[in-house]
Amino acid sequence: MAIYDFYIFHREGTCIYYCQWHGKKPPSPSVTEHNCKLMYGLLYSLKSFVLRISPTDGKDQFSSYRTSKYKLNYYETPSGIKFVMTTDLGVGNIKDIMKSIYRKIYVEYLVKNPFIDVSKPVSSELFVSKLDAYVKELPFFEPKQ
Amino acid sequence: MSRQTPRVSVEGRKFSSEVFALTYGALVAQLLKDYENDDDVNKQLDKMGYSMGVRMIEDFLARNNIGRCHDFRDTADIIAKNGFKTFLGITPNVTNWSTDGKEFSLILDNNPLTEFVELPENHSSLSFSNILCGALRGALEMVQMEVEVWFVQDSLKGDDTTEIRLKFIKKLEDALPDGED
Repeated sequence: MAIYDFYIFHREGTCIYYCQWHGKKPPSPSVTEHNCKLMYGLLYSLKSFVLRISPTDGKDQFSSYRTSKYKLNYYETPSGIKFVMTTDLGVGNIKDIMKSIYRKIYVEYLVKNPFIDVSKPVSSELFVSKLDAYVKELPFFEPKQ
Repeated sequence: MSRQTPRVSVEGRKFSSEVFALTYGALVAQLLKDYENDDDVNKQLDKMGYSMGVRMIEDFLARNNIGRCHDFRDTADIIAKNGFKTFLGITPNVTNWSTDGKEFSLILDNNPLTEFVELPENHSSLSFSNILCGALRGALEMVQMEVEVWFVQDSLKGDDTTEIRLKFIKKLEDALPDGED
């Protein structure tokens, strides 16, 4: 199993954090920026599509989709912060893990730091190192040999 | 002070509500010195509250496992039973619903901010706890609700109770991706 990459989007749609662990060679910054925009566009459309097509009333939210190669896991907080983690297909439901990234890392190290503008891309090294440590501890972090 | 005082407990860390009330009082007093005009101070308090609310909501969501509200009544309940409880240790009553269900009042039986306060006569238009209005407005805006918040009654001004009124204005939509409309 493996974790490929991870995005955080602020409610205005800016990608405030992107990180890659495994997978193909890291793309150049301009490509990354473009990919982030595409990703937000996809999330936005998928979200409205899911709502429109939903056979039941109420707020439906998609939590993941799979292709033949990877799985995209999605979690959105009620305050509109969007977390995306792509993993390989063997990874199960990781909503709780995404939630705890929000609770234990995003809120603790970004929101509670008064010097950080949370709508701008992350510049906090503390946040980056805590997140990196947390993700690397996850049982499905390492790719299968 | 030897009197046993209530403490606000946050994840086991305790903080005296007296220190909190006194700190807030000092803040308002300083603002009054700096701005010299009650209305400007009210505005500043609202602005400060707003900035706090914008971040407090994240802390609130992180601590309380709460999903989206179905309607404004849900929201009112959660503000009173969870929001005020988490941050101020009190539970205001939700009453005085307007017929269209878009306005309600929070009645605060005791307001921890004003425990030691008497308003001087020359500050009759000061809304001492206005920071609460800003905080509610900021927090709700982050969960896609635009509201108006104001004090209707304030026991500091000789009213029977302290009443905060909330009015639902509109639901805010998700931001569109770049280049789409």
